[in-house]
Amino acid sequence: MDLDSALGIHAQALPWRARRLEVLASNLANAETPGYRARDLDFSDALEAARRGRPVLVATDPRHLQPAGGLAPVLRYRIPAQPSLDGNTVDPDLEKAAFAEAVVRYQASLRFLDGKIKGLLRAIKGE
Amino acid sequence: MQLMRIFDLAGSGMVAESVRLNTVASNLANADSVAASPAEAYRARLPVFRAVLDRARGVARVRVAGIVEDPRPVEREYRPGHPLADADGYVWRSNVSVVEQMAEMIAASRAYQTNVEVLNTGRQLLLATLRLGQ
Repeated sequence: MDLDSALGIHAQALPWRARRLEVLASNLANAETPGYRARDLDFSDALEAARRGRPVLVATDPRHLQPAGGLAPVLRYRIPAQPSLDGNTVDPDLEKAAFAEAVVRYQASLRFLDGKIKGLLRAIKGE
Repeated sequence: MQLMRIFDLAGSGMVAESVRLNTVASNLANADSVAASPAEAYRARLPVFRAVLDRARGVARVRVAGIVEDPRPVEREYRPGHPLADADGYVWRSNVSVVEQMAEMIAASRAYQTNVEVLNTGRQLLLATLRLGQ
């Protein structure tokens, strides 16, 4: 049995969720930095990328190259509701809410993964 | 481990905000300082934050790029009895605005608390991840 397929999508979702937490933590750390622009990851981008497999650049010429490590997940800039004079677009309340949501989602992925692992262990032990 | 980076990010935020709180403390302590000349008068200290972008990961730590002095002019005050008064009887006050500094203090304290919360949450998630399957 392939361990990756046994653990399902949650093993892939967990690093992505951790990545999003990292991006939101970066936004919150820079809540007062002039010129800093808030960023976020979009889950639908990641889902689309996972469904299509590794993204491939369109090559219209045989000399066009493909990136060696594949394409990194797309970080999008947040559209500010109330941009400040110093060019900072971090809205701390919005970022805190997004962080809280991302934490719950991370915990959900963790719980699912935990359930899968425990199920496998039970099957191994024959309980 | 990606969650480890949260400690680094939130930690940089806490360091920057504590520097800001320190400058506020310095400014408030010297709000009533007077000097014999405009050159010697205390000028409010302001920290300059800068984002240090990690290009590979797309996240940014925050760093205090420097501390600048408030360029606004210092005010003079007529106090002929003061030992530092010049020939015309004037002393030079600091250009610290106490109201501004109080607002700055609240903002810095809130931002510091936010970073502490992020750090704590990241720690809990990391510990939960370490207990995976147990």
